[in-house]
Amino acid sequence: MADAYIVGVDMIKFGRFPEKSVPQLGAEAALLALDDCGLSIKDMEALYCGNLNQASGMVGQRILQEIGQTGIPVVNVSNACATGATAFREAWMSVKADVYDIVLAVGVEQMGRGLLGGGGGSKGISKEGLLGSGTMPSVFAEAGLEHTRNHGTTFEQFAKVSVKNHHHSTMNAKAMYQIETPLEVVMNAEMISYPNTKLMCSVNVDGSAAAVVASEQKVRELGLMDRAVKVRASVLTSDPWQERDLVMPDVNSCTQMASKAAYEMAGVGPEDLDLVELHDCFATAEILHYENLGLCEEGGAGRLIDDGEVELGGRIPVNVSGGLLSKGHPLGATGIANIYEVSTHLRGEAGRRQVEDAKIGLTHVIGLGSACGIHILEKAA
Amino acid sequence: MSDGPLPVVSYLKIPEEGEPYLEGHRCDECGSVYLGERQHCSKCGARDSMSTIQLSNRGSLYSYSIVHRSFPGIDVPYISAIVDLDGGGTIKGNLIGIEADPEKISFGMPVEVVFDDALGRKDADGNSYLSYFFKPA
Repeated sequence: MADAYIVGVDMIKFGRFPEKSVPQLGAEAALLALDDCGLSIKDMEALYCGNLNQASGMVGQRILQEIGQTGIPVVNVSNACATGATAFREAWMSVKADVYDIVLAVGVEQMGRGLLGGGGGSKGISKEGLLGSGTMPSVFAEAGLEHTRNHGTTFEQFAKVSVKNHHHSTMNAKAMYQIETPLEVVMNAEMISYPNTKLMCSVNVDGSAAAVVASEQKVRELGLMDRAVKVRASVLTSDPWQERDLVMPDVNSCTQMASKAAYEMAGVGPEDLDLVELHDCFATAEILHYENLGLCEEGGAGRLIDDGEVELGGRIPVNVSGGLLSKGHPLGATGIANIYEVSTHLRGEAGRRQVEDAKIGLTHVIGLGSACGIHILEKAA
Repeated sequence: MSDGPLPVVSYLKIPEEGEPYLEGHRCDECGSVYLGERQHCSKCGARDSMSTIQLSNRGSLYSYSIVHRSFPGIDVPYISAIVDLDGGGTIKGNLIGIEADPEKISFGMPVEVVFDDALGRKDADGNSYLSYFFKPA
């Protein structure tokens, strides 16, 4: 099968836009991505649209009602925080399968503020604070302390993730925040669910991102190979059975499975990566994924953050965009925003935060419940 | 309204006589233990292979978080605990009877499952509920 390429990709600056509708936000990113490759909606043969909070609201069609109703097929995708990556993967598959030559993928989300999760069932009484906690900060605190249990990871090591990602975001104008947060500030911020303080929780923001995916033949025909990014691997997994998964959502094994499959598909290993954008929905989560993605040996994640290997300029920079912690986490857009970030580095267009000489990068998202999406991208030759 | 308290979850059983207990299901094929009602096994895929079992009221702390921010009306801080029950099954609940301080909490510490009123919470019809909690054993 011939390769599929990203030819246009972009995201809006993440923020809070209550005055705009979800389709309007999605339309902005779609137009940016089309502009990035000098094409029009009339060139697109299909649209894959990822959105969570209006999953039954035909968001993809409403985006076309904003930018051009050409009658193309639209698939609306919902897969928790892996929604954007799943929409992108559907687009990629349609090109790989030779059904279409060039398609558009959009991820978009408008978020409220406050805690996610912990709503409980509709019957009886609320279980929150009675049968433990179902809020996302707690769930990921418990996953983090499992790592502490197994490897002795400290509160300070978890906090260093936030210091790093907030620092990275000071170089990203499209991030929600551009604010340095020293270690003592992160550790002394309001405790939400130990060991996650407020600055160790991702930011609920509105956002959108989009990508144009095309077949090799189409890219050559359009003369767009110069800035094209090759999709070396696209993998989606669900959570395999784990003995505790009824009460402790498992983000580890689905990531381990997905990364193994992605490295095999791409014919590369973690040592070949120049940068990684992974799912730092909470600082605790990022630590887990260093190991799940094979960036270090099992139990080595604490050392990796201590030694600065995952900082910009380090051995394997992680979340140079600022990550979900500081760039923000508009659920349905996140998976494509990660792809935008890695593509931008592969193109050498990342400005102050550019990872030098980046050739291969990996994106990772987790949707709790669970879904893991991984893409490995490479600058086209 | 019901005469006595209702169970907070379907797998908390309140027998006519005897003590309340947690109910699980064990797969006859692979031995996996699940909380509550279950027809098929999601580990090995066996169909109609489940036997009802009474889960132990003893276990050990696997992981936890200390919740400082929750929804309005919920007392904080509290410990959200994940407990591996002796003999199989993992459940989540509030760990009580110990200070909400990571220095005081140790992984693997033995705990007991105790049953008590659901912190005074009542449903729309005014029913009381019986819940379970963990206490250091």
